[in-house]
Amino acid sequence: MTTHSNTVSSAGSIKARGVDWAATIKDAGLAAFVALLLTVPLVGLRTVDRPTGLGIEARPEEVVASILLVFLGRLGLGLIRQGMAMPVLILALICAGVGLVLPMPTQVLRLVLVLGGGVIALRAAMTVATGRSKLSQADRDRRMDRIAAKVQHASKYIGPVAVAFAVVLPFTPLADRMILDIGILLLTYIMLGWGLNIVVGLAGLLDLGYVAFYAVGAYSYALLAHYFGLSFWVCLPLAGLLAACSGVLLGFPVLRLRGDYFAIVTLGFGEIIRIILVNWYQFTGGPNGISGIPRPSFFGIADFSRTPAEGMAAFHELFGLEFSPLHRIVFLYYLILALALVVNLFTLRVRKLPLGRAWEALREDDIACASLGINRTNMKLAAFAIAAMFGGFAGSFFATRQGFISPESFTFIESAIILAIVVLGGMGSQIGVVVATLLVIGLPEAFRELADYRMLAFGAGMVVIMLWRPRGLLAHRDPTILLHGGKPPAATGAAK
Amino acid sequence: MDYFIQQLINGLSLGAIYGLIAIGYTMVYGIIGMINFAHGEIYMIGAFVALITFLAIGALGVTWVPLALLIMLVASMLFTSVYGWTVERIAYRPLRSSPRLAPLISAIGMSIFLQNYIQILQGARSKPLQPILPGNLTLMDGAVSVSYVRLATIIITLVLMVGFTILINRTSLGRAQRACEQDKKMAGLLGVNVDRVISLTFVMGAALAAVAGMMVLLIYGVIDFYIGFLAGVKSFTAAVLGGVGSLPGAMLGGVVIGLIEAFWSGYVGSEWKDVATFSILVLVLIFRPTGLLGRPEIEKV
Repeated sequence: MTTHSNTVSSAGSIKARGVDWAATIKDAGLAAFVALLLTVPLVGLRTVDRPTGLGIEARPEEVVASILLVFLGRLGLGLIRQGMAMPVLILALICAGVGLVLPMPTQVLRLVLVLGGGVIALRAAMTVATGRSKLSQADRDRRMDRIAAKVQHASKYIGPVAVAFAVVLPFTPLADRMILDIGILLLTYIMLGWGLNIVVGLAGLLDLGYVAFYAVGAYSYALLAHYFGLSFWVCLPLAGLLAACSGVLLGFPVLRLRGDYFAIVTLGFGEIIRIILVNWYQFTGGPNGISGIPRPSFFGIADFSRTPAEGMAAFHELFGLEFSPLHRIVFLYYLILALALVVNLFTLRVRKLPLGRAWEALREDDIACASLGINRTNMKLAAFAIAAMFGGFAGSFFATRQGFISPESFTFIESAIILAIVVLGGMGSQIGVVVATLLVIGLPEAFRELADYRMLAFGAGMVVIMLWRPRGLLAHRDPTILLHGGKPPAATGAAK
Repeated sequence: MDYFIQQLINGLSLGAIYGLIAIGYTMVYGIIGMINFAHGEIYMIGAFVALITFLAIGALGVTWVPLALLIMLVASMLFTSVYGWTVERIAYRPLRSSPRLAPLISAIGMSIFLQNYIQILQGARSKPLQPILPGNLTLMDGAVSVSYVRLATIIITLVLMVGFTILINRTSLGRAQRACEQDKKMAGLLGVNVDRVISLTFVMGAALAAVAGMMVLLIYGVIDFYIGFLAGVKSFTAAVLGGVGSLPGAMLGGVVIGLIEAFWSGYVGSEWKDVATFSILVLVLIFRPTGLLGRPEIEKV
């Protein structure tokens, strides 16, 4: 593996020297050896439940397949790096073709040929394509940055178009139950992402327990409706308020802490809230959760059911429409769209206020801010509370949409997903959150059939995107407002 | 009194496990300043490798318990450290000069990946194992009984800690490791292979976590693919409690967390023990942010 960095740094000069076969094969062999050690115990041997207890089963062919894949892959990559992209491409394509067409003695061999050949061919094709353009890695990174800046700049136009699309979507023939449900799901995560963006992207605080406020919001509504029979429209502001209060309560002791300590304490708080929800079963219903959460009415005027309760008009009669269960879904869709847009508008406006500018300054340099007389604790507390409030709104929306909540929905993985949306999108970028949500939530949703492999690919995808663009897809850190209307020193025109 | 001693021993063995995992966190944090979120998963993999090794050697006909335990220990340390090494090589090394959040997100992604990897390969159901090392040591006229497994856990942890302290304080590898912790660039200029030292840090952390995984398998007799998360968070709590970057601190923090948990479950009830642990973390961070044995950090402007 140590030869890796050398070959990269001198990729240009190596072309002249030809291929260093010995080193390449040695490198690939080492990688294959590591793959052997990785796969022998966990892939090669499976535990199986037998009536007599736990048994074990050997799967040697899968180990062989992974070793072959790693060896050929590493070999291919090594050769591509040494300027053999074209021959590797042809060979890999032939391999994949042979694997597809000819009959194979075992499925494993076919898998190795097709999968390995395909991936290597893709990589080689990319190298061949980019090799022509004579760009170095840094140049390509800069080009990506410029594209990201352009997207940021274009968000002035993309934003309204996207909003208009979201608004007319329920009226297009596309809109069936499934599309709208996915739309609601995406918008919920977009709202959560925008909410967390205030804390992480603007104020620069790493919050690993954001889902706690989501839970507080959801349980506030569910419990208020359960014990006091309050309606959704009364509970929505109350849930936001309660979540904001819990944000202040949790934030106050910990906001003095430095970055990573802060992160781990917020994670701890997130877990504490979840454990309380599980254990305080007399009040919260424990692990069984709360079911039968009332659906929202049409602003307290009309109900969406076919035969509404006494003293309530029916939505379809009020508007002279034919009854359709879709009305409620469409209404929920618009509700979450409106909530999400409120968060977005708030963020865009607050950035121009002293509060938002103080957040951006805090993110860049904590100590300088203190020296300039900014009250750090109050500013961070404000960010924490406001983000918590939005989380609370989203939570009570979640409760009313599902009609059922349990602590299961508020595990750490949710916090991780929301944080991943913010960071993958590029911290501080509003449009980045949308793009990342489409990737992180939309893609797995589209591949629902893959069931088990979804989360596996999700984890791997997070790693890959971070390796590819460590600052996020649409990285954006320029201050919103500059002195004398000047332009930021590095990238210009990325002010949205 | 007997009950107290019983809980004390339970807490010590639990604390030893947390401490072993916490060392991995604290070393990695000390040397590259990141929370290795996937470390809990590494511990889980260690437990699985130990289980599989036991089943495999059982199928091969090794029945003498001490030999079986030794093979399990060696195998889980070896294979798990390869996982630790690979995770660092793939997910963290390319991000070493990136913004602080990038490796953390990458680590969370790795953690999700490894969890699902094990779930897919080994199944989602929890894996029960019959006791390998049954029997109790009775003390105080039978009032206190200590299972051999818990005793072995404490002893093995002590032995490992002594060996590990010697490794860090006396050998050239330990010297290089401490040098990198102080100043990676300077260490590199003076001829320390920084990449190699960081890799070895991950390998050592993973090996210790594997021991912890095996111990948990032996004590509780049941594991599943999800055990890594909570143990990881608690061990990180232990590392913070002891002072991040301090090896004795990590062990001390682990023991403190283990004792709190054992006494809380013993005297108050096991439902709220996690709340107690996290509350302790919050209190320590508020009143002593550097942890019990940590050095105060001077922030340079």
